[in-house]
Amino acid sequence: MRKFSGFALAREAMRGHKGWGRQWASPEPRSDYDVIIIGAGGHGLATAYYLAKEHGVTNVAVLEKGWLGGGNTGRNTTIIRSNYLYDESAGLYDHAVKLWENLSQDINYNVMYSPRGVMMLAHNVHDVQVFKRHIHANRLNGVDNEWLTPEEAKEYCPPLNISQTARYPVMGAALQRRGGTARHDAVAWGYARAASDRGVHVIQNCEVTGVRRGADGAVTGVETSRGFIGAKKVGVVAAGNTSVIMEMAGVRMPLESFPLQALVSEPVKPCFPCVVMSNTVHAYISQSDKGELVIGAGTDQYTSYSQTGGLHIIQHTLDAICEMFPVFTRMRMLRSWGGIVDVTPDRSPIISRTPVPGLFVNCGWGTGGFKATPGSGHVFAHTIAQNAPHAINAGYTMERFTTGRLIDEAAAAAVAH
Amino acid sequence: MLLIRCPYCEEERPELEFRHAGEAHIARPENIADISDEEFAQYFFYRDNPKGMAFERWRHMHGCGRFFNAVRHTVTDKFVMTYKAGEPKPVLEEPQEGQSAP
Repeated sequence: MRKFSGFALAREAMRGHKGWGRQWASPEPRSDYDVIIIGAGGHGLATAYYLAKEHGVTNVAVLEKGWLGGGNTGRNTTIIRSNYLYDESAGLYDHAVKLWENLSQDINYNVMYSPRGVMMLAHNVHDVQVFKRHIHANRLNGVDNEWLTPEEAKEYCPPLNISQTARYPVMGAALQRRGGTARHDAVAWGYARAASDRGVHVIQNCEVTGVRRGADGAVTGVETSRGFIGAKKVGVVAAGNTSVIMEMAGVRMPLESFPLQALVSEPVKPCFPCVVMSNTVHAYISQSDKGELVIGAGTDQYTSYSQTGGLHIIQHTLDAICEMFPVFTRMRMLRSWGGIVDVTPDRSPIISRTPVPGLFVNCGWGTGGFKATPGSGHVFAHTIAQNAPHAINAGYTMERFTTGRLIDEAAAAAVAH
Repeated sequence: MLLIRCPYCEEERPELEFRHAGEAHIARPENIADISDEEFAQYFFYRDNPKGMAFERWRHMHGCGRFFNAVRHTVTDKFVMTYKAGEPKPVLEEPQEGQSAP
C-alpha cells in the first residue's frame, strides 16, 4: 500500500496523478479462511481490519454480495455522537468516538471526521427533562454533553428558528461538542484499504447463499455465488439482511428489518455549521462538505427489504425542517433513498457469540449504526478472535432477551422509531 | 405510500389510515407462568422477519379501528391479500418454476 502523505501528494502532482494505483486488492477467494466476515459495510470491514491489526488474524475474507459500502454505510446521514443514556451504551459509543478521533491517522485515510457538534432540540417540557437527565448521566460517564438555552442554541446554529410562535418552539438544546460527522464512503474505503494491506481478502459480488455446519453443529464454511468457502469462524455483519443469513444457520433472531430514508438537497455554500436533531418533530440535518443538506427521516412503519419507503415519511420530515429552519423553505431536494435497518426490541445492538459454535453476529444497530463503526468493529474483532466478548460489549449478547437484562435505549434514543 | 384493503371496511385506503402491528399468528402461550425463559423470549422478542412473504397484523386506526391480518411480500411491498383477525393462516402456493414471485 502506498502511504498517503503530503510528500506523496506533491510527487503525484508532478507525475499527473498516474501513480496512485488501486487502493485495495480484488483477489480470487481461497478455499478456506480462518475467519469469514459476511458483509463489507463499515462494521464488517472494520472488524476485519482490527482482526488483522489487534489480533494478528490475517487469513480473513470479507464477503459482499454487492459492492463495498453499498448498503447502509453509503446510505446514512453520517452522524457521530455518544450521548446515550445507559452505562453500556456510553461505553460502546464513546469507545467509537475515541477511535474516530484518531481514525484517519490510524488507517492513513482521510475519513473527514468533523467534530462540529451535535445539537438535540427540546420542544416541550418532557424533552427538557429527558435531555437534562441525559446530560447528567453522560457527565457521570465522562461523556461531554451540555445544556443550551434557546438563545445559546441559536448562537451555535444561526439558521435555527427560536421564535416562540413556532408550532413546536425550541425550549433549549443538548449539545455534544465532540459529536459531528464523517465521510461515510471514505470509512468503507479506508478500512478496506487498510485491511487489504494487512492481507485481508475483500471479495465483492460474492453473495452468501448458505451456511454449512459440521456434524458437531459448528460452522465449517459458507456457500456463496462463487462456490463453497471454508472457514473456522464466521462473523455475520449483514445489517438488514441479518435474519436471512442467520436463518441459513438455523438461528432465529430478535430482529425486524425496516426501511429508513434519507435525502439530500442541491449543494449550496456553507450555511449550516453543526448537526441538529429533533426528536419531537422528527428530523435531523447537517451540511456535507460538498454543500448538500443531508436530512434524515424516520423509519417506515412496516418491515421491508425493499430499500425504499413512502414519500409521506420524507414530506413529514421536510415539514419539520422548514418549521425549524425557515431559511430552507425554498431549497430544492436532489435525491432520496432508503436503507434497510435491523431493529432489536430494546434498540441496542447485538455483538455476540451465537448458539452455533464458530458463528458470531454483529447486528441490530437499527437507525444509528454508522456512529459506532470503529468501536463496533474493534469489539467484534475481539469477540471473534478471543471467542469471548470485550468488556465493552459484554452486555450486548443475544441472551439478554432471555435473561431480561435489556439495554433499553428504545425510550432513550435521540429520535423516535 | 401503500394502498391497503381493510377486510372489514371492504375498500382500499391509504397507508396513513393504518398502523402496522407486527408479525401475525403469534399466539400468547396459555400457560404463560409455566413456560421457560427461552420459550418466553421466543414468543415475546424473536421474529421470523422473512425476506419474501410475510404474515403481519395491521390496524385500521383512522377507520374502523379494527385489527386484521395481511400477506405481503417484503421485497416488493405488494400485498397478496388481507383477511380478518381470527381467520386461519392462509396456505400460499409456491411459485412455479420459471414463474417469478410477485
